[in-house]
Amino acid sequence: MSHKLTITTTDNDREILMTRSFDAPRELVFEAMTVPDLVKRWLGAQNGWSMDVCEIDLKVGGTYRYLWRGPNGNSMGMRGVYREIVRPERIVNTEVFDDAWYPGEAVETVVLVEREGTTTLSSTVLYQSKEARDGVLASPMESGVAASYDNLAEVLESMRVEKA
Amino acid sequence: MELSGYSATQGQLDATFAALADPTRRAILARLTQGEASVMELAEPFAMTQPAISKHLKVLEKAGLISRGRDAQRRPCRIEAAALKEAAGWLENYRRFWEANFQSLDALLEEMKARKQAEPIDEEERPK
Repeated sequence: MSHKLTITTTDNDREILMTRSFDAPRELVFEAMTVPDLVKRWLGAQNGWSMDVCEIDLKVGGTYRYLWRGPNGNSMGMRGVYREIVRPERIVNTEVFDDAWYPGEAVETVVLVEREGTTTLSSTVLYQSKEARDGVLASPMESGVAASYDNLAEVLESMRVEKA
Repeated sequence: MELSGYSATQGQLDATFAALADPTRRAILARLTQGEASVMELAEPFAMTQPAISKHLKVLEKAGLISRGRDAQRRPCRIEAAALKEAAGWLENYRRFWEANFQSLDALLEEMKARKQAEPIDEEERPK
């Protein structure tokens, strides 16, 4: 049984907050998120996509570079700079996609909290605008129209309430 | 990261999201989740004229979010769940993408735990 993934917006309308727990100590989670050979194993490796390039210079001011290749010769890349590293509990980095469909770079803060062998990861991504955030929620890995997540969520919420 | 198949429905989704961008139209949809209603019934809680409501209904109808009954007098409106579901499914891609990533990470962590247990030597393989 895998743990529940929550994806929510926050009080800040430029943010997305994602949380997920793992049955492992946070040292291992931290390792899986920062050692290239391990990152390649899980990040974006799905639906015929694989991570071809994963370079990580894990120090403040150091950069990382990810490049994925997918079916039909598609590729996607992203890069960023580490701003804070507190092993094994906190990483702050910038992120920019090669063909960004949202303006500006985003700043991601990952926090790992361990309790009784279970690690809860929370990742907060701060975008430069609400539109950028909404666009990401609407279409994670492809340029697309910026759709309003909140508007839809509101209607869906009323539908759920109705069903209950 | 499965990306194909979006563009075919992009136009429809654009219309759906544009229709959802207005608070009155969202309120109308929320009301219609409780059952069908006539224009008059819909206008009531909004302190809006019937023509103003009708205008919103046209946008919703064009976006495929509602349909109107044939009854010439009442023409009751009902919500079209399929269009909403499609829009929701599209947003769900973000979730699915991360669900899949984290399930792979679960498997990887199990492997890492097993490896650590198999190697009792306290050898930290962390990069510096």
